[in-house]
Amino acid sequence: MIFALQSLPYLWQGLLMTLEVSALVVFFSLIAGTILGVAIVYGPRWLYWPVRIYSDFFRGIPLLVLIFFMYYGLPLFKINLTNFASVVLALSAFKTAHIIEVVRGAIQSIPVGQTEAGKTIGLRFGQRLLYVVAPQAVRRFLPPWINAVVDAVKGSALVSLVGIVDLMLAIQQVIGRTYMPMPLYVLGALMYFGINYSLSSASRRLEARFAYIRE
Amino acid sequence: MTEISPTSPVVRIRGLRKSFGTNLVLDGIDLDVRKGEVVVVIGPSGSGKTTLLRCINLLETYDEGSIQVDRVEVGFRDGSSSARQRRSDRELARIRADIGMVFQLFNLFPHLTARENVVLGLRKVRGLPTAEAKRVAEQWLTRVGLADKLDSLPSQLSGGQQQRVGIARAVAMDPKVLLLDEITSALDPELVGEVLTVAQELARDGMTMIVVTHEMTFARDVGSRIVFMDGGRIQVQGTPREVLTAPAHDRLKAFLARIELKQR
Repeated sequence: MIFALQSLPYLWQGLLMTLEVSALVVFFSLIAGTILGVAIVYGPRWLYWPVRIYSDFFRGIPLLVLIFFMYYGLPLFKINLTNFASVVLALSAFKTAHIIEVVRGAIQSIPVGQTEAGKTIGLRFGQRLLYVVAPQAVRRFLPPWINAVVDAVKGSALVSLVGIVDLMLAIQQVIGRTYMPMPLYVLGALMYFGINYSLSSASRRLEARFAYIRE
Repeated sequence: MTEISPTSPVVRIRGLRKSFGTNLVLDGIDLDVRKGEVVVVIGPSGSGKTTLLRCINLLETYDEGSIQVDRVEVGFRDGSSSARQRRSDRELARIRADIGMVFQLFNLFPHLTARENVVLGLRKVRGLPTAEAKRVAEQWLTRVGLADKLDSLPSQLSGGQQQRVGIARAVAMDPKVLLLDEITSALDPELVGEVLTVAQELARDGMTMIVVTHEMTFARDVGSRIVFMDGGRIQVQGTPREVLTAPAHDRLKAFLARIELKQR
């Protein structure tokens, strides 16, 4: 038990790594996914299929395969990334594919009449997006996006497989020293749950804030 | 509005053609609308009247012919080159800002209050300072009888009230011409009156309007000219008296008979 308590700071380091990877992935995938999602709806035709194929392809392969590819595969093409960079890249590419779909769905849920009304008062494309479409689309965007974020946190446990000491690997290493698997796995599970539960309750509060339409 | 100004028309349409795929919806339309005129477009559904309206502010593109609003070609860049070039989003936005439109289904912005719906264009397109934009918005909302609904969301308003916000949003931009696209068709019968009254007042104040409607009473009382469309062409046009009271044209006669049956 003493060992277990002594290992807490070590687990804390692992937790920070998990949060760091998750935060970076959420950040990159949000930006890339939003840009590509907007592009697939409004962009030129030649952009549609490449983005579409990207999105379908990356959603269709297991995350673990993607991580191994970025870590073990890319060096074959003379691209050498650190294990940290390669997992952030793999997770971000994976999440981006999901966010593209979420953004596309959210935008397309807004009736055409809204865009037309924006046009008739003389709003330009960017203004229509910013003042008319986005504020409404965000309501549809939030719930699946938070799901994606929660998924990213959980998915980040896979980074332990390329030797990054995140919460998952930290737990396993402590178990290796203490031979106390159950309490530590339970502790780990509680920590993951704590992160994700606070995310989903934050999301519920956000959704309530945007619930301006009575349906 | 009895005076007929000798200046060039606000809207000038020549040889307008438009098809959806193989379906020819507008088959050579010529139409002039002068300042202060209220042109009421009637006709059976599928006759192209709504498409005509939507071409004027380029919610629909057109294939052939010309639409000028205040002497500016709407769909294409001015220029003598034979290959006409479509306008950019930015150019279109500038042109559309001067063309008001009110929709059948209101199309209010549901995330904004009545006042904010009107303020948006004034702030972002006309560039008015916030306080001034609010003042203008409140003034118009008061004129359409919604002084007590400034902070209501569209979902808290009746259909008639929503449509009056729609009208306020369009006229607050001080458009050169106002397009009304079946603005009472989605309303419960008892709410039609309050919306038409607002439209009638605007007409009386000299707003240039093109109105697509099935409300024949409105057409007769408010229209300075009535245009009957069928099969993508203008079949008959004239004063309400000429067109409605003693129709000589066969298809017009049949159309009016159908409408009257429905309204009696």
